Amino acid sequence: MTATQAWTTDQPIVRIADVYKAFGAVDVLNGVSLNVMKGEVICIIGPSGSGKSTLLRCINALVPINKGSIQVEGQEVHDPKLDKLELRKKVGMVFQQYNLFPHKTAVQNVMMAPITVLKQDKTEVEARAYALLKKVRLEGKEHSYPGELSGGQQQRVAIARSLAMNPDVMLFDEVTAALDPETVKEVLVTIRELAEEGMTCLLVTHEMGFAREVADHMYFTDRGVIVEQGPPKEFFANPKDPRTQEFLGQIL
Amino acid sequence: MEAFFVWFQWLYDETGVNLTYFYDSFDRGRMIGGFFTTIWLSVVCLFFSTIIGIVGAWLQGSRLVWTRRIVQGYIQFFRNTPPLVQMYFFFFALGNLLPRVKNEFGFMEPMLGNFTWAAISLSFFAGAFNVEIFRSGIEAVPESTREAAEALGYNRLQSYMYVVLPLAFRVCLPALNNNLVNLVKTTTLAYAIAVPELLYVSNQIWSDSVNVPEMMVTLLILYVALVGLLVWAMHRWERAIRVPGYGI
Ligand SMILES: Nc1ncnc2c1ncn2[C@@H]1O[C@H](COP(=O)(O)OP(=O)(O)O)[C@@H](O)[C@H]1O
Ligand SMILES: [Mg+2]
Repeated sequence: MTATQAWTTDQPIVRIADVYKAFGAVDVLNGVSLNVMKGEVICIIGPSGSGKSTLLRCINALVPINKGSIQVEGQEVHDPKLDKLELRKKVGMVFQQYNLFPHKTAVQNVMMAPITVLKQDKTEVEARAYALLKKVRLEGKEHSYPGELSGGQQQRVAIARSLAMNPDVMLFDEVTAALDPETVKEVLVTIRELAEEGMTCLLVTHEMGFAREVADHMYFTDRGVIVEQGPPKEFFANPKDPRTQEFLGQIL
Repeated sequence: MEAFFVWFQWLYDETGVNLTYFYDSFDRGRMIGGFFTTIWLSVVCLFFSTIIGIVGAWLQGSRLVWTRRIVQGYIQFFRNTPPLVQMYFFFFALGNLLPRVKNEFGFMEPMLGNFTWAAISLSFFAGAFNVEIFRSGIEAVPESTREAAEALGYNRLQSYMYVVLPLAFRVCLPALNNNLVNLVKTTTLAYAIAVPELLYVSNQIWSDSVNVPEMMVTLLILYVALVGLLVWAMHRWERAIRVPGYGI
């Protein structure tokens, strides 16, 4: 399939086919394939170091791949001629450490990219930024700096910041892993709402209860390959691979 | 005002403390001219050396190995040679290579005057240190913050201008402060190529009136005041851009 071919919603919005990635001599992804349909929520679990973050970062071309193909809406992500901005408008990403811009207030964090990158009108962006912060339940915190917000609040600003670009797909990389147990829930609520609104989500998470609830499809990765996959009910009830069994046994 | 000037004439007659630039209008003119030349030279060099620092630090992050090498060579050259030699090199060596042009009186004169050469050489001198200073600030910006900008569609220049540089500034302001203070003091080197800045005019005055101690004390006081003003302004700026919950 070429980049020019029109993508339609009956095809996967994210199509990952036999992807290999190594950092120097370290093989991180060893032939990963998975498809995500529009509106689907998939959860990826797996031991630390198994390449989950790397996989997500390959999807929006933050790191190049060595072999295979990744397409977003029919566009080959690792095509050297690809307009990276076009890709990043489609794919939003939220990180474990929030990575907000510490010198800007919450609302400025949300507004910056649409204004500087997309050159959108400031007043229009501002209205959208306030609405997004309200949506993630941060009304009244618009003018706080990241350093004045709790981890959970910062993470919700980061989600709003990503949504301000109007992405079609959202990548969440262990977004609750750095949070206090009390604030994990507020972030999960926000993600669940997004999922319910039909946002396509790829989640790397260790929150098994949450994954079971929101996921349409589960993937378990180990050492750079997908070991097991399936709908959450089956996946959690009878994992087939001994590695999945062991991992779920440890974490649950 | 006149009485004020006359008092200094009296001071000289009574005590021998000879502050000619108060009671002698010619010396006063020279002193004021020197003062503003120093300020102007400082401002120009502060501005351009900061720009050189910002641009140089950006080029140091270039993917092209030759760009990085050239910046590195520039830094090594200007850090490892005496600024006075640099100024002579610019003024005598480079200055003579440039064509001469006719001035408004019909005389031939060098294309760039001594003030311009002083400004150029001092800006490059301080700029070399500023590149290193900005680079240290940039290194303090977490890779993950840059990655977040990249994921939001920022290109390298946008990420540098809107995210990396503003954060780097906050980290490296104390070091930048030091270097800019040094720069203001180093403007006295322009004396060597006859730029009529404070030290140069003071020298003229003490040659005429043999009041070296008075002029020396005057100079020291003026520099304390100038540097104090700069430090005060930089600290105000540092406070103004301080962000709650971030770093220093
Ligand atoms: N930029 C990088 N350079 C070198 N090695 C890396 C880099 N990023 C990740 N790795 C390595 O790749 C492996 C997988 O990392 P990662 O994708 O972060 O795993 P996970 O998110 O599943 O914990 C690890 O061994 C890690 O050290
Ligand atoms: Mg990870």
